[in-house]
Amino acid sequence: MNERTIICLSCPKGCRVKVKANGDDIKDISGHECPQGIEYAKNEYLNPTRILPTTVRVKNGQIALVPVKTASPIPKEKIGEAMQKLSEIEVEAPVELGQVIVNNILDTGVDVVATRSIKEKN
Amino acid sequence: MKTKRELVIVGGGPAGLAAALEAHKNGVEDILLIERDEYLGGILQQCIHNGFGLDYFNEELTGPEYAERFIDELSDKKIDVQLKTMVIDINDQKMLTVLSSKKGIEFIEAKSVILAMGCRERTREAIRIPGTRPAGVMTAGAAQRYINIEGYLPGREIVILGSGDIGLIMARRLALEGADVKGVFEIMSYSSGLVRNKVQCLDDFGIPLYLQQTVTKIHGQKRVEAVDIAEVDDNFNQIPETKKTIECDTLLLSVGLIPENELSQQANISLDDITGGPIVDQSRETDIPGVFACGNVLQVHDLVDNVSEEAEIAGKAAAEFLLNETKDEIKQSLEIAPGKNITYVVPHTLNINANTSPLIELFFRVKDPAEDCKISIKDNQEELASYTRPIVEPGEIESVKLPIKLINKSSDEIIVELITGGE
Amino acid sequence: MSDKIYDILIVGGGVVGTAIARELSKYNLSIALFEKETDVASGTSKANSGIIHAGYNASKNTLKGRLNIKSNPMFDQIADDLKVPFNRIGSLVVGHSQEDKEKLILEKERSLAQADIDLRIIEKKELREKEPDLAEDAIVALYAPNAGIISPYKLTIAQAENAANNGVDIYLETEVKKVFHENNYITGIKTNKGKFSGSIVINAAGLYADKIAATVGENYEIVPRKGEYNLFDKKYGSLVNHVIFPMPSEKSKGILITPTVDGNLLLGPNSYVVENKDDLEVTEQGLNEIWDGGKKLYPSLPGNGIISSFAGLRATIPAEPYNDDFKIEALDNPVGFIDVAGIQSPGLSSAPGIAELITKIVDDISKDLKVPIKLQEKSSYNPELDKLPRLDDYKDHREDWHQVYQEDNDYGEIVCRCEHVTKGELIAELKKSLAPLTLDAIKRRTRAGGGRCQGGFCGPRIAEIIAEEFEISPLEVTKNGPGSEILMERVKDIKADRDITYRRQKDEN
Repeated sequence: MNERTIICLSCPKGCRVKVKANGDDIKDISGHECPQGIEYAKNEYLNPTRILPTTVRVKNGQIALVPVKTASPIPKEKIGEAMQKLSEIEVEAPVELGQVIVNNILDTGVDVVATRSIKEKN
Repeated sequence: MKTKRELVIVGGGPAGLAAALEAHKNGVEDILLIERDEYLGGILQQCIHNGFGLDYFNEELTGPEYAERFIDELSDKKIDVQLKTMVIDINDQKMLTVLSSKKGIEFIEAKSVILAMGCRERTREAIRIPGTRPAGVMTAGAAQRYINIEGYLPGREIVILGSGDIGLIMARRLALEGADVKGVFEIMSYSSGLVRNKVQCLDDFGIPLYLQQTVTKIHGQKRVEAVDIAEVDDNFNQIPETKKTIECDTLLLSVGLIPENELSQQANISLDDITGGPIVDQSRETDIPGVFACGNVLQVHDLVDNVSEEAEIAGKAAAEFLLNETKDEIKQSLEIAPGKNITYVVPHTLNINANTSPLIELFFRVKDPAEDCKISIKDNQEELASYTRPIVEPGEIESVKLPIKLINKSSDEIIVELITGGE
Repeated sequence: MSDKIYDILIVGGGVVGTAIARELSKYNLSIALFEKETDVASGTSKANSGIIHAGYNASKNTLKGRLNIKSNPMFDQIADDLKVPFNRIGSLVVGHSQEDKEKLILEKERSLAQADIDLRIIEKKELREKEPDLAEDAIVALYAPNAGIISPYKLTIAQAENAANNGVDIYLETEVKKVFHENNYITGIKTNKGKFSGSIVINAAGLYADKIAATVGENYEIVPRKGEYNLFDKKYGSLVNHVIFPMPSEKSKGILITPTVDGNLLLGPNSYVVENKDDLEVTEQGLNEIWDGGKKLYPSLPGNGIISSFAGLRATIPAEPYNDDFKIEALDNPVGFIDVAGIQSPGLSSAPGIAELITKIVDDISKDLKVPIKLQEKSSYNPELDKLPRLDDYKDHREDWHQVYQEDNDYGEIVCRCEHVTKGELIAELKKSLAPLTLDAIKRRTRAGGGRCQGGFCGPRIAEIIAEEFEISPLEVTKNGPGSEILMERVKDIKADRDITYRRQKDEN
């Protein structure tokens, strides 16, 4: 039986929710002070996801890097691999805010988009 | 070259941007926004992480995206922007001297000024960490700039002192970019950063957080080679037997922010020793008529959303200052003082006139964390209002809205207090 | 034997070595100066109180006393020629009791018997007028109006530049390993960058003068004695108006408080022997010690005004008579070796006098050398440096800066916002052949990075400027020479592991 404590981030209280499970079969959830805690802990235990904000190299831009993010959360365990993939890319200026830098990264169905517009170096 | 302007805003970060837009919206036609960097957006441009705009836009944005919303809105308005321009002098007559590589020295006579210069980071020297002075000691914000804007890592083996949000965010940033973050050390018994950041910046990456510990010495001749760490007791005294040495090549410091008020001091504006920023009334006006302050230069904020709202108060007030022919007579003037368990309150004074809005929002920080407590507003005779709070923390600015009509006409001071469970 | 042949080889690029180089460059001699670090003024000369003493506290029977007294009046001309800031603000040795007063009177009388120095005893009322916020119990002071403050590293750098302009070859990052001598004559030196011939070796190697001297058979030891300092924000620069000394003790002038020429306030130094000549650690006890010392003189020292702490090492020779005086002498064996060692306080104050004395010694031995030399004055000698424009000098007349800007728009771009240093100033200094491309070199020459934020804001900008102007990678920019690079990797060149977000769970299971 696995026991893990998950801090619920739904509100500033940060309740420490204890999840008891056999693999993916959740047996018990305790320590929450509201129903959001249950939902949060369940999702975080079974399928933790994160938004990944980072940078990507820019060619010929006014600055050397463009800040990017995954347009929505991706599985937490893919973060390392996603960072490796993104470190190999160089995008050509100009870049528009919202522009898709990588389509469907690591088959997650999520795009990586630019969060700033970068002009060409003049 | 000498010019006259109606409104000059010093700083093109989130405070300056919001103030400019609000002043424009309220009818000011001549606005000059001065920014020292080559782009608008201030510190937001290097804050590439999420978490901005939850209040203001009801969306979760990264720093650059939040800035872009305002920059876009500004772009088609008649608001003059001067980039790569530094205000080097200001006096109490609202005369500014500015310098830029585009125009050289310019003298500007402003009818109204909004100060939005932001803040800087406390340094290793200011907190007096003994040891050698090698390369590799840096503030977290400087490291953030190097990594996110210039594109360089300051080191490979990192120790971070300070668990405020900047320290936590940088722990994650460095880990993502391949550095080995040995740990985050915090002298207090709790982290002042958001719980979310503790989870997503430290726990996610297995980076340990050590509470009640601090860096007691830096080793290394040319480059950092190691730091000594010791535990501290509740009075921040080091416990010598707990000393340990951690090998690393970089020490990042996230040990506090200081509002950048050198210009304010030059103009002889009165400052609050506790906030480090100007003393203001509810319209964010300083003790020089027509000079307003907002954003981190006034008080160090936790959420940029609050900065934008505060800046809008200042922008609107600047517009009123410029456009109202007659100044309303002040009917009552009060000091607003921090009482028990409260570190500071902004605004510091309340100037009530016929046009003052019926509800005044007071912003403050508590001294220690507390749960199930009460915020009490009193004057020297009685309690005027009270507000319950399930949880309050020094790391998050709190606010309450006080109806003006509850204030006694004869009062000259009101006090904000935190009453904890036991009392 | 070697690549280059000189008449004179100077070991050490501190304030004394560079003063000697400058002085000797007045003559038709070929001179080289060797400094082992990346910049001149990297040793004791960069970390001391910066005081030009009036000259009263050493005996005229010592070189210390004579040279200090001789040198003090020379500084106005030197500062003027070299365009370095120097202020004769005067000094006060402060007493707290009748007993102190008697000691100070004795001191004054003893000094006046030796030399004609302007010295006065002042009492509480006048002391309060001069220094309103001194400790209440400060009732008397020995006032020396001719004491002054200077930047010891700016002086050193300027002396080096002027010497170089007048023909001295300055070799940085060049460590002298051994001094060669044959048949009782100096013949040259060996360094990490090759050998050099010369008839005279002037040993101004500071903390390492004993190592140099040992290679010609001398046997004295230099023991480092540390002094720690706190530097306060410029807004506290005018808390005191003079150099404030406590009553002196046996071994040191004590923990003092002084304004600096840059407008800061300086507190320190303490004094204790350390083992290691590289030990520049600032210690907790040391900081507490200087704090306590400062508070005795000035109770309202601002605790949160400190912007920097640093340590310097005095080069002391414990063996008599050099425990009490400079070791300045030409050896009989080998001929051509001149020691300028054990230069502790008042070393800085005596530097011009030391340089003149060395010139005389060189002249004295000039005919006896293996290759005799002749001191002939050079008509091309120019004692002056050009003054470079600095925005900070234009505080009261900003409009004149516009002209500077018009000649070069880089003078319109502020790089260091704490000290108001422009890109133009930075590049002008960096272009000089002697200027290393390091952050410390920039800080000492322009003050960029030496203000309240200690480089937090301007660091990235300075690195960018150096990289652009000198076509190097920002990864090559160092704090003070190889090994102190401020940046380690270009982002994306190293990568996080794939399992970075689940390695802990791996460990957990």
